[in-house]
Amino acid sequence: MSAISGDPNDIRRMSGREIADARAPEGPYPPTDEMLAEPMDPEVSRAQAERLRAAWKTPQGWRYWSAVNNSEVGLWYVLTAFFFMLCAGLLALAMRVQLAVPDNDVLSADRFNQFFTMHGTAMMFLFAVPLFEAISILILPAFMGARDMPFPRLSAYGFWCFLIGSVFVMGSLLFNAAPKAGWFMYPPLATQDLGIGSDIWLLGLSFIEVASIAAAVELIVGTLKCRPPGMRVNLMPLYAWYVLVVGGMIVFAFPPLIAGDLLFELERSFDWPFFDPERGGDPLLWQHLFWIFGHPEVYIIFLPSIAIAAMIVPTAAQRPIVGYSWIVLSAVGTGFLSFGLWVHHMFTTGLPALSLGFFSAASEAVVIPTGIQIFAFVATLMVGRVTMSLPMLWIAGALAIFTAGGLTGVMVAIASFDFQVHDTYFIVAHLHYTLFGGMVLPVIGGVYYFYPFIRKKQMSERMGRWAFWLIFTGFNITFLPMHLTGLLGMPRRVFTYPTGLGWDWLNMVSSVGAFVIAAGFAVFTWDLLRPKGHQPPPPRNPWRAGTLEWSHNIPEEAWGSRSIPYVDSRYPLWQQEKIVERMDAGRYYLGDAEEGLRETLVTSVIDARPVYVARVTGPAWITHLAAGFTGAAFIIPTFHIYWPAVVAGAFAVACIIYWLWTSTARIPETEKKDVGLGLTLATYVAGPKAVGWWGMWITMLADSTAFAGLVFGVFYYWTSNTAFPPPGADFAEPWLMAGGAVAMVASWAAVLGAREINRRGRTDIARMALVAAPVLAGLGVAGMVAALWLPDLDPTSHVYPAMMWVLVVWTVAHTIAGVVMQCYCLAGTIFGKIDPAHDADLWNTCLFWHFLCLTAIITALVTGLLPRVL
Amino acid sequence: MTSWRVTRPGIFAPCLLLLLLPACDGPQSALAPAGREAELLADLFWIMLAGAVVLWLAINGLMFYVTRINVGHMPRRLAEGIIIGGGIVFPVIVLAALLGYGLTLMPLTRVPGDGLRIRVTGEQWWWRVEYWPEGAEAPVVAANEVRLPSGRRTDIELAAHEVIHSFWIPALGGKTDMFPGRDTLMTLEPLTPGVYRGQCAEFCGESHALMAFQAVVLPEEEFADWLEAEAAPARPPSGPLEAAGQEVFLAQGCGACHTVRGTPATGAVGPDLTHVGSRLTIGAGTLPPTAEALANWIAHPGTIKPGVEMPSYDELAPDDLAALAAWLEGLE
Repeated sequence: MSAISGDPNDIRRMSGREIADARAPEGPYPPTDEMLAEPMDPEVSRAQAERLRAAWKTPQGWRYWSAVNNSEVGLWYVLTAFFFMLCAGLLALAMRVQLAVPDNDVLSADRFNQFFTMHGTAMMFLFAVPLFEAISILILPAFMGARDMPFPRLSAYGFWCFLIGSVFVMGSLLFNAAPKAGWFMYPPLATQDLGIGSDIWLLGLSFIEVASIAAAVELIVGTLKCRPPGMRVNLMPLYAWYVLVVGGMIVFAFPPLIAGDLLFELERSFDWPFFDPERGGDPLLWQHLFWIFGHPEVYIIFLPSIAIAAMIVPTAAQRPIVGYSWIVLSAVGTGFLSFGLWVHHMFTTGLPALSLGFFSAASEAVVIPTGIQIFAFVATLMVGRVTMSLPMLWIAGALAIFTAGGLTGVMVAIASFDFQVHDTYFIVAHLHYTLFGGMVLPVIGGVYYFYPFIRKKQMSERMGRWAFWLIFTGFNITFLPMHLTGLLGMPRRVFTYPTGLGWDWLNMVSSVGAFVIAAGFAVFTWDLLRPKGHQPPPPRNPWRAGTLEWSHNIPEEAWGSRSIPYVDSRYPLWQQEKIVERMDAGRYYLGDAEEGLRETLVTSVIDARPVYVARVTGPAWITHLAAGFTGAAFIIPTFHIYWPAVVAGAFAVACIIYWLWTSTARIPETEKKDVGLGLTLATYVAGPKAVGWWGMWITMLADSTAFAGLVFGVFYYWTSNTAFPPPGADFAEPWLMAGGAVAMVASWAAVLGAREINRRGRTDIARMALVAAPVLAGLGVAGMVAALWLPDLDPTSHVYPAMMWVLVVWTVAHTIAGVVMQCYCLAGTIFGKIDPAHDADLWNTCLFWHFLCLTAIITALVTGLLPRVL
Repeated sequence: MTSWRVTRPGIFAPCLLLLLLPACDGPQSALAPAGREAELLADLFWIMLAGAVVLWLAINGLMFYVTRINVGHMPRRLAEGIIIGGGIVFPVIVLAALLGYGLTLMPLTRVPGDGLRIRVTGEQWWWRVEYWPEGAEAPVVAANEVRLPSGRRTDIELAAHEVIHSFWIPALGGKTDMFPGRDTLMTLEPLTPGVYRGQCAEFCGESHALMAFQAVVLPEEEFADWLEAEAAPARPPSGPLEAAGQEVFLAQGCGACHTVRGTPATGAVGPDLTHVGSRLTIGAGTLPPTAEALANWIAHPGTIKPGVEMPSYDELAPDDLAALAAWLEGLE
């Protein structure tokens, strides 16, 4: 029995002990000072560099677009997100023109509504969140001396998905068919929308959200597993901490929205009445799901910018950050608290006073961790000797704007005050103060700061100051008056207003200011994109910073770090003598690429002890194909066409299987290799030591959160609706449902058994288990579907059967994925991709099935049992 | 109840106030309160504003000081004190006090009413208004204007027909959302008679911007008189032109959507027009209640209010249109 208890350590002790022992690192660790001081033979070093350069060479010519390295994908990602920011900014300018004078008709009501919907949508989903992921993909590996992200092709796939999805969503504006029910898409307005705008929003953004989650998974795994040896968690650059927190928030915040999108699209396409009060639905459920995502979203946007500030401030002060632990605790605290605030977007929905009080208090509480982070920066600047460099100027300006936004935030968190200003221009002012101060300005500061690292050129100091003062003054001219406009009663999202309400001059001032901001962005954009070919290369560490990214070579080398250093301080470039010199010489780890493969070092989660060498994937076109088909699968249903979408989805799955089969978890030509400094590491691991297993684990956390969102829906209807299930409603067939769940558990047991038996060398029996598993899974879902099919449970009749069906549909869809994985493993054992010592795919499949098994049991209980006892 | 309430903001920000006060007026201003709730919330605002200005100056002043004036190394102990004092101790105290004050206001804005009940339903994009005086068995139905007795607490029951709206009269109090299939409740106690403007505050579709109304606060006796008059059927046409107008109205089938009590028109899709001539605006706060505006509206409702459900009657003969408008204007 204990063999399938799930504890990987037990299992290893019982069966694969020798394998685990054989794969343990061998050799001295940590390296001693003498080992590090030993000089490298320059000849050897040059030959190593040559091999590394060849392995990491960026594809040339048109093949450049097949690159998957973080420095290319990250850059494309950043520029794409920046482009959509400019688009969304132009929409804002058009709106300001329309609102400059009362009763204006430059934009029609319909177009204005499309514009404000797309302004919010694009700024949130096409700019703010992707930009964080883009910047992180671009610079995070460098902070940690890593060569690349752990799953480069996944980043590339995510980027191409993002590009396709955003062009689709944004392009709808050109056809006058854009979403126009607000970026929050409240039903019933958005469910009743006759055009395809709402479908574009729901499907296009779900697609982009999936890409966002993929990037978040990769960033989390990168932070946890790809740090340089010795960089324990308490030595990580603060930026990495923020990546971890924000990545975690994305993993838990986006899925409820995806669950909401699913319900929403089922209502729009198939008339399942989740938000229709006539048939037991409730439009408020969407508001809950949306804001459970939407509020953490605010911090998902804000924290990365604080992270950038946390890199710039110590450099400006020329000393380590003061209050490192306080900042980490506050960042984590903000992350947690941000999930408890969503109701403050719903203060005016008539909730009981007790809820309002609770969420008011929680909303005020988040001031404390935010304040700690800001005061820690001030404290660092106090003890250091500050150079007011250009990046620091942007950070200081950001602080001035953000504190104003934070203070109005304290005001609107008081529920009764919010009754007045909710959905007025006061809120427009508040949120732009927080987002410009908490996102736009720090990011631009970060662009100036990191530009020499990214492009190995410098931006203009003079233009940078111009851009700053234009944006800073323009911003205040635009948004400061809006506080008053809102208090004078102007609601948000109005395409026009009558004269005589005292709003005219305020709106005119705001409109003028908007153009000043635009001028600032024009200067910045020109400075960013203008050709800089004639410039001499900048110094390697122009700001005299202390973190590892500034060790990168000039001129640029695609390998990232020449060798991956041993790190035992927070600011290695300040605190570890000769570190750059030794990295350059290849003195540290992985200074060579004997096999011509792209490799990076994987370390343990807490202590960053070397674990194994991960062979990461190289340039590929399969990611483009996979992204294209995935895009088609999401985009085609917009037009209410379903079969081609299913076909496209199948092609997408085929592409992904091809990609996984050909490039992941391949049996290496050598089990162990010398990585330098006398250390020998394995080249293949399975289970919790492998990055792939971590990727699956975090993906499944996100996936389960979406499922939890659906289950939340059931309980929400039950508490908010006295007739759930409605009197006289049929129930699911209990025995079929129970039988289905049992078959699912049996399928799970079969796949788990296959893993164990395979480890013991009985591949033939393992194969039989892997043949049985999909059959059992098929029986399981057949039982569950029949349990709802046989009684009279029509999902369009009432929200109760619709909710039961959606849980079963969710389980069925996941089971299809689970069966594909089982078959993949079966094929793996047949074609030699999986053997007793190389079973990473089986481990990951088992992990997926742990979650799927739980999902099936919960679905069976909630659909088969719960309605009978409610 | 009012003993601890800080009276008007003068104490806190005299200079700012002098500058801003004239700018704070307006028929839809939350800073020119004319009701109990709005007054409490305006006071709350001025107090919070004063605090926010002081705190903003303190934080950014400190930032300016350490980055521009005293850029040398300051003691680390002081810096850590700043984190704990500024980041934890100070905000805990200030926020606790603010929450104490802010949350005790909430029950004051939710004291139940003492008589009249009004039910307002959000339509696209207008307001159906029903007055239910105490003990009434049937409501007095009106539209696009809310009249309230001053000095009394009126319960306002809110609902919506198709999509979510939000009911808001800034000069009288905060807003509350209106949902299809779910009633919400708010209470208002207007203090100063006058005419204020309200507007839908939740985005509700194409012409969300054009969904406003007048809120008329009347002294109690005047309100009672008005309500009695409002309950009466429409006055008969006062002349031949008006009579012709009524005929056009009935012949065109306007009664399928509109009610004019005292005539065969009993439609309930659109606003009740029994006393439309006595309203301060037509088209839900969009146009003045003149015959020209009425004629213009009837002929081109979709131009004035994009997406409106009312069909346009631009094919009506100009004479018919004028007669119809004259009759409607006369329905006081």
